[in-house]
Amino acid sequence: MSNNAWRNFKGRVWKEDVNVRDFIQSNYTPYDGDESFLEGPTDATNKLWGKLQELQKEERARGGVLECETEIVSRLNAYGPGYIDESMKDLEKVVGLQTDKPLKRAFMPYGGIKMAEQAAATYGYTVNPDLVKIFTDYHKTHNQAVFDAYTPEMKRARHSHIITGLPDTYGRGRIVGDYRRVALYGIDFLIKEKENDLAHCGGGNMIDEFIRLREEIAEQLRALRGIRKMGQIYGFDISQPATNAREAVQWLYFGYLAAIKTQNGAAMSVGRISTFLDIYIQRDLAEGTLTEQEAQELIDHLVLKFRMVKFARIPSYNALFSGDPVWATLEMAGIGVDGRHMVTKNDYRFLHTLENMGPSPEPNLTVLYSSRLPENFKKYAAKISINTSSIQYENDCVMRPVWGDDYSICCCVSATQTGKEIQFFGARANLAKCLLYALNGGIDAKTREQVGPKYRPVTSDILDYDEVIEKFDAMMDWLVDLYVNTLNLIHYMHDKYYYEAAEMALIDTDVRRTFATGIAGFSHVVDSLCAIKYATVKAVRDEEGLIVDYITEGDFPHYGNDDDRADEIAVWLLKTFMNKVKGCHTYRDSEPTTSILTITSNVVYGKATGATPDGRKAFTPFAPGANPAYGAEKNGLLASLNSVAKLPYEYALDGISNTQTISPDALGHSEEERINNLWHVLDGYFDKGAHHLNVNVFGIDKLKDCMEHPEKPEYANFTIRVSGYAVKFIDLTPEQQLDVIARSAHETM
Amino acid sequence: MVAGRIHSTESFGSVDGPGVRFIIFTQGCALRCRYCHNPDTWNTAGGQLRSADELLDTAERYRSYWGREGGITVSGGEPLLQIDFLLELFEKAKQRGIHTCIDTAGQPFTRRQPFFGKFQRLCELTDLFLVDIKHIDPQEHAQLTGMSNENILDLLRFLSEIGKPVWIRHVLVPTITDDDAYLQRTRAFIATLRNVEKIEILPYHSFGVYKWQELGIPYTLDGIQPPTKERVTIAKNILEGNA
Repeated sequence: MSNNAWRNFKGRVWKEDVNVRDFIQSNYTPYDGDESFLEGPTDATNKLWGKLQELQKEERARGGVLECETEIVSRLNAYGPGYIDESMKDLEKVVGLQTDKPLKRAFMPYGGIKMAEQAAATYGYTVNPDLVKIFTDYHKTHNQAVFDAYTPEMKRARHSHIITGLPDTYGRGRIVGDYRRVALYGIDFLIKEKENDLAHCGGGNMIDEFIRLREEIAEQLRALRGIRKMGQIYGFDISQPATNAREAVQWLYFGYLAAIKTQNGAAMSVGRISTFLDIYIQRDLAEGTLTEQEAQELIDHLVLKFRMVKFARIPSYNALFSGDPVWATLEMAGIGVDGRHMVTKNDYRFLHTLENMGPSPEPNLTVLYSSRLPENFKKYAAKISINTSSIQYENDCVMRPVWGDDYSICCCVSATQTGKEIQFFGARANLAKCLLYALNGGIDAKTREQVGPKYRPVTSDILDYDEVIEKFDAMMDWLVDLYVNTLNLIHYMHDKYYYEAAEMALIDTDVRRTFATGIAGFSHVVDSLCAIKYATVKAVRDEEGLIVDYITEGDFPHYGNDDDRADEIAVWLLKTFMNKVKGCHTYRDSEPTTSILTITSNVVYGKATGATPDGRKAFTPFAPGANPAYGAEKNGLLASLNSVAKLPYEYALDGISNTQTISPDALGHSEEERINNLWHVLDGYFDKGAHHLNVNVFGIDKLKDCMEHPEKPEYANFTIRVSGYAVKFIDLTPEQQLDVIARSAHETM
Repeated sequence: MVAGRIHSTESFGSVDGPGVRFIIFTQGCALRCRYCHNPDTWNTAGGQLRSADELLDTAERYRSYWGREGGITVSGGEPLLQIDFLLELFEKAKQRGIHTCIDTAGQPFTRRQPFFGKFQRLCELTDLFLVDIKHIDPQEHAQLTGMSNENILDLLRFLSEIGKPVWIRHVLVPTITDDDAYLQRTRAFIATLRNVEKIEILPYHSFGVYKWQELGIPYTLDGIQPPTKERVTIAKNILEGNA
């Protein structure tokens, strides 16, 4: 089949079975040159981006939302075609919107009707009462189902924020369809494959597992037909494979569009598409049917679309994940299993969108880093980082051995094999709070409630390290068990009531599942244990005898200084937590993993947590992700990086995020020095086995000025990296802005 | 074994020599530069005593960040006040294959023994010197730092004689060093040297003033603003002979 669509493509395996990785490995062209081939934006790009910026400005003026749908339930084909601007629709090289209008937020009730209703109400919209009635009385939602099954203990843990950020009111996200399949195979081929899977599913044995899977495959087939129809609505026949680069970009985008029309997941990643699309562009360039300028325009327009993804959220969600992120994460570079680097010209084109259209938080551009990447590419990425602070880096050399060379980042920093794996994602266990529960016998000092089990509290005035560890370990046992079971319940219900049919249709039926847990308050627990072990920590009790504060005398080592005494406790904490998770039953035979990657949620989690023995004041923010605590780093940037690099990725396969802000002056005198120093920092950090780094390059002065003068045009798109994603600084709450400023920037010279 | 009197270390030095470097700040300096941003390093009795081996072990924890260019830089304070320690440190650094750099204002330099013999040996162990010319005019230099610059300029002449690579650094202070005539004289001197690989203009800043206050030393440059970018460019052009 498809001799024309597949003309000049090499390889055999991918032609017989769905195998995009094999297609890429057989056909991609590594690029070692520099960025001099790149082209600037076309007139069409300038016009469309100009229009989108106007819309974004209007959106901000209206309090963060341009328009909310109140009459139509979002589905694959709930709307006719939509364009950025009807009068300029011929300029759009890539078409397709989530709704009928740009930036208009769809109505998505399947995660929870209350949330959908509240989200609209927050921005002054009233959802049609008939729809509310349907999703309250006639059709059950994920949210209702979860609360039907929650135990009182789970509700208490949720309410007290010892388990926090649970995906029980909206889509769980983190499932990346292999959107490339739409381009490479066309929808009809994919339907045939799934029909075949359905025919062989269960062999007539109707046990739970097979009944559920048969129903899911049927849902996937329905979604595939819907995606094909979506193409038709926009005037494209995507039943067959894409025959050129423009079609490949468009087909692939339709796959992604299907996902964001049907799911409002916390993370809706695009996946590893750059190298794949480069193959089509290379072929067109060779055939003389595409110029470099046209190629860049295609990528610019695709990225424009990723910059427009929106969901209706409630205020408490925004407090957790500030700045309206969707984690349209998109990867580039990396090294293949055969040893060839996978940098293509298209990786430059994607980074170049930040120059052609300025900085932007989305898509969440991720460089899969290795010190073996070509130096030209490292320099270009470093240059873009220095100018835009919009890129994150992840260590391909620790991920490749686990996930191969075709993994995608499914959220902010977590890897999954594209089209072969999904992740059950879930929230964070607040280990700082857990430590306080251990000291207070399960009572939450903030609410006075007995949330945890009524274990014996610490009764001495001076905290004893061995006693604290013993009690903390027991309290962690309780917490981990409760946490994993809460997630088991949530994912069961999500599969049942809010199944991701469109995304799963683009993933192998025989899918591998991981079960991602997470840790919040990491560095504060480590430093607290260090204080108890190496200094003298005296408990301060209130009139009821609850410990509410600490007096710490003497010096103690802090995590973040390359001091093995502290860093060994950090490693112990991670391993201990992960080993406990491994001991639990996880839903659908999923493989447990964990992460140390709070998002901007470090502010909210900290707010719910009392004082900690490391000196952190009650109800103040945690350090984000695996970052050392504010002010704890005394030996400079590299000492801090070395501490984080000691955390073993094998015990945190869901990711270890680290965000560092470097003042330009501290990075070097000239641009050339800054570029060279930055990629050497990346080389050094990742060669030590670290997992992830967000790089911000700006001074505190700029942040302060931006807080005072958000109206300045230069700040409209001023983007900063926070834990695992990027935001426009002006979109953060004042509290979070102050938090970002408070984090020690590396400014010393 | 000679211990060094060390003020502090910095894991990420990016502006004191080529590439990413581990910086060792020595304690003690005889100059009293009016713009000094590290007056806490003046006192020769302060700091901590640390061994060369221990410092190099710490430095090597950052080796993976150095690449082909980076290494260690000894700054200060004035490193050459502790030349015996420097000899041991760099001897051992070279055994470990580490790129070595000294950031000095040259004040202790003399062609008299025993210093000179030790210094000749140190030059063999040092890959690069960063030398500050505080001021080209001897009287102005004394005004600014409390000491004459004659031996400092002689240090540069000596390094030129032996062909040792040097980066010249010059702090641009409005009303004191930011003067075209002085800059031209500095250029004329630099033009006589054969070994200058790079000239760096460091714009004056007042970030260190709080340290003066903490130490209870009166700061005499109050009110002087950092130079403008234009002046920095002009000064750079003059010193590089492009004016």
